[in-house]
Order: sequence, then structure tokens, then C-alpha cells
Amino acid sequence: MLDAQDITVRYGRRPILHGVDFRARAGAVTAIVGPNGSGKSTLLKAITGEIDYQGFVALNGRDIAHAKVWELAAIRAVLPQATPLAFPFTVAEVVRLGLSRGIQAGQSDLIGQALARVGLSGYEARFYQELSGGEQQRVQLARVIAQVWSPVEDGSPRWLFLDEPVSALDIGHQLEVMQLARDYADAGGGVVAVMHDLNLTAMFADVVALIAEGRIIGCGAPGDVLQNDLLRTAYRCDVRVNTAPANGTFILPHAARMAAE
Amino acid sequence: MAMLAQDMTAPATPGDRSGRAQALSAVLLGLLGFATVLSLAVGASGASLWDAMLGLLSGSEISARDRIVLVDIRLPRTVMGILVGAALAVSGAVMQGLFRNPLADPALVGVSAGAGFGAIVAIVLGGLLPVSVAATLGAYLVPVAAFVGAWAAMLVLYGISTRRGRTSIATMLLAGIALAALMGAAQGVLIYVADDAQLRTLTFWGMGSVAGATWGKVLAAAPFIAVSLAAAPFLARGLNGLALGEAAAAHIGIPVQRLKNASVLMVAGAVGAAVAVSGGIGFVGIVVPHLLRLLAGPDHRFLLVNSALLGAALLLCADVISRVVIAPAELPIGIVTATLGGPFFLWILLRQRGILEM
Repeated sequence: MLDAQDITVRYGRRPILHGVDFRARAGAVTAIVGPNGSGKSTLLKAITGEIDYQGFVALNGRDIAHAKVWELAAIRAVLPQATPLAFPFTVAEVVRLGLSRGIQAGQSDLIGQALARVGLSGYEARFYQELSGGEQQRVQLARVIAQVWSPVEDGSPRWLFLDEPVSALDIGHQLEVMQLARDYADAGGGVVAVMHDLNLTAMFADVVALIAEGRIIGCGAPGDVLQNDLLRTAYRCDVRVNTAPANGTFILPHAARMAAE
Repeated sequence: MAMLAQDMTAPATPGDRSGRAQALSAVLLGLLGFATVLSLAVGASGASLWDAMLGLLSGSEISARDRIVLVDIRLPRTVMGILVGAALAVSGAVMQGLFRNPLADPALVGVSAGAGFGAIVAIVLGGLLPVSVAATLGAYLVPVAAFVGAWAAMLVLYGISTRRGRTSIATMLLAGIALAALMGAAQGVLIYVADDAQLRTLTFWGMGSVAGATWGKVLAAAPFIAVSLAAAPFLARGLNGLALGEAAAAHIGIPVQRLKNASVLMVAGAVGAAVAVSGGIGFVGIVVPHLLRLLAGPDHRFLLVNSALLGAALLLCADVISRVVIAPAELPIGIVTATLGGPFFLWILLRQRGILEM
């Protein structure tokens, strides 16, 4: 269980999040959606302890403000939006960075398995800096899932926090990565992902939190949150939400951007 | 047992260069051994290491002159070369890991200048200290002052160039230039007020040399360098993680603030002591780690150890060159390392123009 209460974040004097409450449960994919600058990534940074916040965040019942970084690293991994590296590491060496000291059995095996999971088998000896942005992002994802490889450890769930995991990817790899998140949750782990693509969100998420201007304006099942009215409020544009029995919800842009009120 | 055997024979994971890095360690150890023998054997006096060794082995007397040359001149000089070379190279590697940039080098960004300033303050103004303090510190006064100077320079540099966990390369290099200029001016003032005896000490010191090595100097610098080098391996895993950035390093369980503090102290200790006894010897800290990254990758678990070995070997070789090029006179070793290192540095710049635009 991830429980964040009354989270307020300011950059300088400017408030980014206004007393947000956010919960996510293990065994589910929870998506955070919202327009650019609405505070999605800031919320993710707050609940992973990356930035200072006012409020309270507990992961698996533990206040993260009082946990050691290595204790948190044992139960959750975080995928940033992009990760430039300063030195010429190989792909295998990058994935290895996610493995904690001596805890994981068969570590060298795990590197290959994690790379296979993101569709990068055979990339072990390639240089990270020479890969495309999308490939780099998948290498980082392999590092992240290697860090918390088993979704449940000693009876308590482990967590993936993903900041726009599919933004740099083509449609095939988008589906592959979202399926990975889905499988992780189905196996008992927790997944919290900041998403831009509303259709992928509708397809793979169990819970959607919609943020606009630093507040959560809707939270619940995709079918309940991804509605014309709420989306228009958040994104200030007209979309048409359709439901087809076989495929669930899908969303189409409908008209030009609405004039600012 | 069977599993163990299997592990031993299992082929290395592709892309894992740790095997290569370990093999490189063995080669570098051999190189260091060779350089050590060379450094003991070569010198202006013509005293022969072989004669002396044969003499010792056969139990016969070796001449007092040869004994002095070997034991009191070449041996401390060699030990000093090993200590200083290892200290500068490992400091360079740690700084580059800390700043996440292959151009960080103690001499380039003003840390050596800070250490030098500390050392000069101690040499010129040390006499103003209360006798009890000066007596307690004794030979350690100059290394301690250099350590404090290097530490302060590191803190200023990191504070200026790193904002929100991101180090601006341009800011770092420019801040280093400003720091070095400031330290140079302060040194100038101190040199102006120094008396003749102090001036002579300063001049010899400033040339950048291990030529004046004595057992006293070796013993003064050794504790700082030994502690710093012993601490370095414990930074390796953290520096690897830091390559991902400060936030991601914390997410994989690295206590980032503690790592940064320890790295700054480690570099200050090693650079401070090295500069205190040898003056400013440039480029070792940038050339050595860069070469090793090309050969066996940037994994700090091996990079730091190999930097110590190659740094020591390289400095001994440079010192031997400085002894023989214009024998019987000697070229300051700083000139040798700059002659080799300057072009190398330009080559790095040409290869990686992109990093300056970060």
C-alpha cells in the first residue's frame, strides 16, 4: 500500500501541488495523468522521496521520510524520464547497477533476464551512450525491474514507480512495456506510472488519478475518470470518449484547442 | 561444490568487463614492479642496484656511498613517487565520478591550487604559530595545511558548480580557473613577505618534483595518502550509482550526501598530502583514469584500484625520464607530465567536444 496524505510541494514560492491525497494498492497499475505542468512528475518525485514535500507518505506502512535510502531501494525502484550517463558503460553494466550488493541470487543471470523482458536480448555488450533514446529508456527499465525483480518479497509487495515509461517508445514497445507493468501488478507487485497516453492508460491501468493545476480532480477506474467533462476541465480541449465492448475505452481528439477562459 | 565449479567456469556475461579489468590489474602490477626497479636503478650517481643487491645477497659489504644513494636518496624518492602518483590518479578518478565528468582533475579545477596555498601559508606563516602547536604538528604542519586548503577548494567548487544535483561543467571549469587565480594571487603575496630561507623552500617545492624526497617527507605524507587510498574502494559502488545522477543513485540505495562528503574528504586528503610534498604535478589525475576507462570500462570497483597502480607506475616513469633527459642535471617532473599530459588532454577534448556543451 502506498499512502500519501496532504502532499504540498513548492518550487521556490510557487506551489506545484496543493495538499494532494493519493493512494495506490499493490496488485494494481495506478496511472497518474494530466496536462504538462500539472504536477504529475512532481507528485511522483514526492512519493519516491526525491524532493522535499509537506505531508505524509507511507510505503508498505512505513513513513518514507524516516526510512534509509537502502531500505527503500529494497522495496521499490524508480524509472526517471531520461537518464544520461557521463561514462561509457555497457548495457550489461548499467543493468547491474540496479542489483543490490549480494542480495540477488544468480545476478549475472538476472541481467540477461531483465534485458529479455524489455526486448533487448543481445544488447549486453553494446555501449549505452550509442543507443537511441527509446533503447536507453528500455535499458533503464531493465535496470529498474532487476532492482525489484520479484514482485513480492517476504510476503510484502515491491513497487515500480515509472515516470513516463513509454513516451520515447514506438507503439510495439509501448505495448510491451505496459504489459510488463501489467504482469508485475498481476503477480502482486505495485505499479505507479505517470502517463501521457490516455488510450494506453485506459487499456492497462486499474486506477487513474487525473491531476490538473496541482490538484487531483478525479480518481478511480479508467471508465469513471476518463470522461469528456473531466478531461475537458483538465486538458482544456475537446475529446470524444468512446467505449467499444471488445476493447474498452478509447479517446479521440475531437476539435481544436478551446480558447482559454 | 559442483555449483562453485560451475560458477568458476561459466562464461562471462557479455558486456561485463570485470574480467578484463582484473587482468589489467595484474598487468599494471607488473608494470609498477618494473617501474619501481627502474626508479631504484637509474640515477646520476651511477650507483648500481645490481651490485648492491648482489652485495646484500652474498653478505659482503656494499660501499657506504652506494648505501646512501640507494637507501636514503632513491628509495624514499621511489616510495614518494608511488604515493604521489597513486594519490593524484585516484583523486582524479574519484573527482570525475563525483562531478560525473571526465574532465574533472585536481590540478585543472583549482583543488591543487587550494592545497598549494595551504602549504605555502604553512611554510611562510608557520613560524607565527604558538610553539606548542608547531611542535605538536611538526613535519605534519605542511600536509595538514595543504589538506585544509584542498578541502576548502573542493567545497567551494562543488557548492558553486552543482545545483539540484546537476553539475554544470562550464561552471566547474570556470570556477576552477577563478579559484586557481585567487590562490595564485594569495600565494604571490605570501612569497613577497617570505624571507630568503622560506623562498628557497618555496621555489624547490613549487617546481613540482619528487626529487627532494626524504624519509621525513615520506612519513609526513604517507598517513594522509594511505588513509585516502584505503577509503577509496568503499566509494566505488556509490560512484557507479552516481553515474545515473544523484536522484537515481538514491533510488538504488546509495546514501548520496554521505558519499559526496566522503569523496570530498578523500580527495582533499590525497591531493593535499601529494601537493604538500611534491608541489603541483599536473595531468596524472586526468590521463590515468581516462586511459583506463578506454581499456576496461568505467566501473569504479576496478577503475580506482587500477588508477592507483597506473598512476604510481606513470609517475615513477616520468621521474626516471626527468632524471635521464638532461643528466646529470634534472628536469622538474611537472614539465615531463605536462609535456605528455597536455597533448593528451587536448585529444580528449577533441574526441568529446559534446561534453563541454552540457
